[in-house]
This record gives sequence, C-alpha cells and structure tokens, in this order.
Amino acid sequence: MEGTLLIGLYVFVLAMFVGFELITKVPPTLHTPLMSGSNAISGISIVGALLVIGRAGDAHLMRWIGLAALILATINVVGGFLVTDRMLQMFKSKDAS
Amino acid sequence: MEMSGFSTVIPLAYLASAVLFILGIKRLSHPETAAGGNRLAAIGMLLAVIATLLDRAILDFTWIVAGLAVGGLVGVVMARTVKMTAMPEMVAVFNGFGGAASGLVAVGEYLREMQSAEVLAIDSGVSIMAGTLIGAVTFSGSMIAFGKLQGFVTGNAISNPLVKFSAGILLGFALVLAVYLVGFESNLVFYWSLIAAALILGVLFVIPIGGADMPVVVALLNSYSGLAAASAGFVLENNALIISGALVGASGLILTGIMCRAMNRSLANVLFSAFGTTAASAGRATDGDRVATPIEAEDSAMVLGYASQVIFVPGYGLAVAQAQHRVRELADLLTERGVSVRYCVHPVAGRMPGHMNVLLAEANVPYEQLCEPEDVNPDMENIDVAVVVGANDVVNPLARDDPSSPIGGMPIIETDRAKTCIVIKRSLSVGYAGIDNPLFYLRNNRMFFGDASDALARITEEVKQL
Repeated sequence: MEGTLLIGLYVFVLAMFVGFELITKVPPTLHTPLMSGSNAISGISIVGALLVIGRAGDAHLMRWIGLAALILATINVVGGFLVTDRMLQMFKSKDAS
Repeated sequence: MEMSGFSTVIPLAYLASAVLFILGIKRLSHPETAAGGNRLAAIGMLLAVIATLLDRAILDFTWIVAGLAVGGLVGVVMARTVKMTAMPEMVAVFNGFGGAASGLVAVGEYLREMQSAEVLAIDSGVSIMAGTLIGAVTFSGSMIAFGKLQGFVTGNAISNPLVKFSAGILLGFALVLAVYLVGFESNLVFYWSLIAAALILGVLFVIPIGGADMPVVVALLNSYSGLAAASAGFVLENNALIISGALVGASGLILTGIMCRAMNRSLANVLFSAFGTTAASAGRATDGDRVATPIEAEDSAMVLGYASQVIFVPGYGLAVAQAQHRVRELADLLTERGVSVRYCVHPVAGRMPGHMNVLLAEANVPYEQLCEPEDVNPDMENIDVAVVVGANDVVNPLARDDPSSPIGGMPIIETDRAKTCIVIKRSLSVGYAGIDNPLFYLRNNRMFFGDASDALARITEEVKQL
C-alpha cells in the first residue's frame, strides 16, 4: 500500500513540473481560456464519481453522493470544454477576415 | 480471465488521456492552435470516462446515465448562454463544482472504507481527509467568489480581526478532527463536523477579499480545484486524476503568481490585508485646489481623428458597460483614417486573468493589436492619445511616483506620459484601491464623464463627421 502512495507522489510532483513548464508558455491573451480549459480538465474527478457510484452496491447514501459528484463533475467537464471552445473560436476567427 | 485484459487496458487508456491533456495544454500557447488543443483535452476526457465505464466494479448503469444526462444538459446550456462579460462568474462556479465533485468522491470513499474497517489505513485516511478538506474549501470559497462577482455578496473587502481569528480556530479544529479520524477511530459525526468546518473555512477565506483582487482569488481557487482532483486521485489510487489535478494545480498557481506580480503584492498581502478599505478617506482632502479638465465628444473626435498613434486602455468599467464592441468600432474607424491603434491590457484589469482579452476577442479585435504594458511604456512619449476606458488604478502614476502609496511599486500603464490622455469615466471617484488618481488633474489629461459605451458611441459619431 505504501508503495502506491509513494508512486502517486512521484507522479504528482513530476506532473506539477510538466504543468509549470507548459503553462509559463501560455501568453496573457489566452489566460481566461487557459483557466476555463484547465478547469474542465480538473473535472477529471468525473472518473472518481463513476467509481463511487459503481462501487456503492446497496449503500444508498454512497450512491446519492456519487450521483451528486457525477452531476457536478459532468457540468464542469461539458460546460468547461464547450465554453472554452466558444472563446477560442473568437480568438481564431479574426485571421480569416 | 477476459477481465484481466481490461485491467491493463484501463490504466493505459488513463495514460493516453493524460498525454492528451498535456498535448492539449501545450497547444494553448498560441491563439491559432488553442481551439484544437482544447478539443484534444476534451477527447482525453472522453477516453478517461469510457475507460472507467469498462471497470468491472460498475454493474448498474441507470444512475450513471442519469447523472451524465443531467450534468451534460446543464453544462451545455450554461456554456451556450453565458455572456462573455460574465466569464469570471462562470469560471468561479465551475471551480466550485469541480471542487465539490472531488470532495464528494472523498466522502464516498470514506463511507465505503468505514463499512469494512474500524480504523482507516493511514495512507488512504490521509488522502481522504485532504480530499474532503480541499474539496469543501474550494466549493464554498468559489461560491462566495461567485456571489461577490455577481453582486450577491458585498464586493468590499471586509476587514475584521474576528474573521481571521475564527478562520484560525476553524482550521485548527478541522486538522484536529482529521488527525483523530485517521489515527484513532472512524466516526461519522466527527467527519460531518470536519466537512462543516471546511465549508465555513472556505467562506471566511474569500469574504475578506475585495472585488478587484478577484483575479487572484479566481486563479487560486482554480489551483485548488486541481489539487482537489489530485487528492481524489490519491484516494482512488488513480494516476489519471493525480496527473490532471497536478497540471491544473500548477496552472492556477502560475496564474496566481502572475497576478500578484502585476500588483506588486505578495499572495499573503492579497489574501489577508483587506486591501481597499483603509485608505478611502485619505484621498479626498486634496481635491480642492486642483481642477480636472473635461472634454466633450467633438473635441475627443478631433484629437483622435488627427492622431497618428492611439492606444486604448480597457478596464473593468469596459466590461460593466459592455463597451467592447463600441471600442472596436471606434478603433476601426480610426484605423481607416490611417491612425495606428493598439490596445494595451494590464494583467489585472478586469475580474480574472485575461478577462479584457476575451472581451476584445469577442468584439473581433485582432490579437496582433493587443499589447502589454512593457511593450508600450518605453515609447509612451510617442503616443498621441491614450484612451482609458473604465480603468483607474492600473493607470495611477502614484504607483510609480509614491512608494508609500498603497499601490506603490505596482507596474502601471504610464498613460500620464502620453501626449494626450483621455479618461472615460463616470466621475472623479477613487478606484478600487481607494486612493486618489493624480492623472485626472494633469495638464495633458482630459476627463470624458459618462458611461463608457455611450461615450464611445458619441465619439465614433463625431469621428465620422470629420
């Protein structure tokens, strides 16, 4: 068990470094889409929500909690990616004109 | 035996989605590739969801389909209908939802582990408590931030020592509970108390922070929503969540740092100093002997129409007046007349990082015309007219000239050094920082009193007459 936690920490720290490297290259113009897009990525807890519902079995409370988590995470993911797309289309379209 | 095939495929699919997230963010570094990058990330998310549904623990799909349908529908409607000026509110709400979802995942896991064990294993216990705390703080903090942006909750900084004191007590209380729950026994009442404490803590954390510091808060909560997802990943021992959470956490932290630097203040100062409440009375006294020169539409049009270099400096007032299209119309008209027009955007203008850029993009301003303070300041003397639309503190020369001022040392757009500066503003009132702006009384400055949208429309009409 301790091994898994440790590996998780390795992954976490290395991913943070990747994140720092990537995000310092994003220009200020795109900071709002970056926020809403990365926010949609943090909706990855949708995976956790699915697992909670799946593992709930007959435990009602757990199932409801999983459902609430799933709805919120899905709003976050779907809404987040769509609104980011809407914004980025506006950034792009000018070049055509 | 077939099942064991899935148990390798699933982690590999998670790895693929993490790679897609990274490639997606990488493509966000340029306006041309950004939309594609966002789609890559969305595909990564879809892949992660499909992989999870293959998990053999999931037997009943009715609840899952219902949850996905409801959440998906609400998400689509919100994304389609939100106004671009309301993006900060939208991001705040989504941060909150993400945090709440991650927190609830931790709650669900706690309930599950309680069924099987008297005392939690130390590693999953720590992850669950961290996930619960961060998720709850992110949720309630984001909701308060949303309320402040929307105007439900006072946008003023509330400086009350009692707030800090109770926040400290609550944090201590929550930590003691967490240690007890992990180290000694599982206890549902204590666990609910922990959640309640964390929720109140989130409220107390955002309440003292004033409206114009919202870019920092929204960025920081963005980071928290990532950390919440990562801690849910530790709870579930799921690397997809850990990686994505870490990426978002890093992103939010960098933006927070950029915002703080743009105000020349430390994060601690933003979070704890209740900026903008104390100095409000100080500025007024000196108004008496100075006169701000007003200007009308006709004269503004003359100055602008015959200029060769013009910059527009947008601020929160532009968003409030929804004046982004009006600015573009005027700028286009000037460009047709041969005037070189640029938009200079201060990093903390508006209520979230990049807020002004999105509004200008909505109005079809080419991003090549956008520039940053350090691009413009060095040759400000050559700028014929600087038009300040609804900005105040970011053009306040006191930041440069008076180190003892509350905004001393904050990098500004030095429109006071332009040949002429026109400030479009409703009144001479102080900005968010609560201090007087000497720019208004300079000899090369003109005040255009009125609503930004209306003022710009009138100037545009007059330019057409030239």
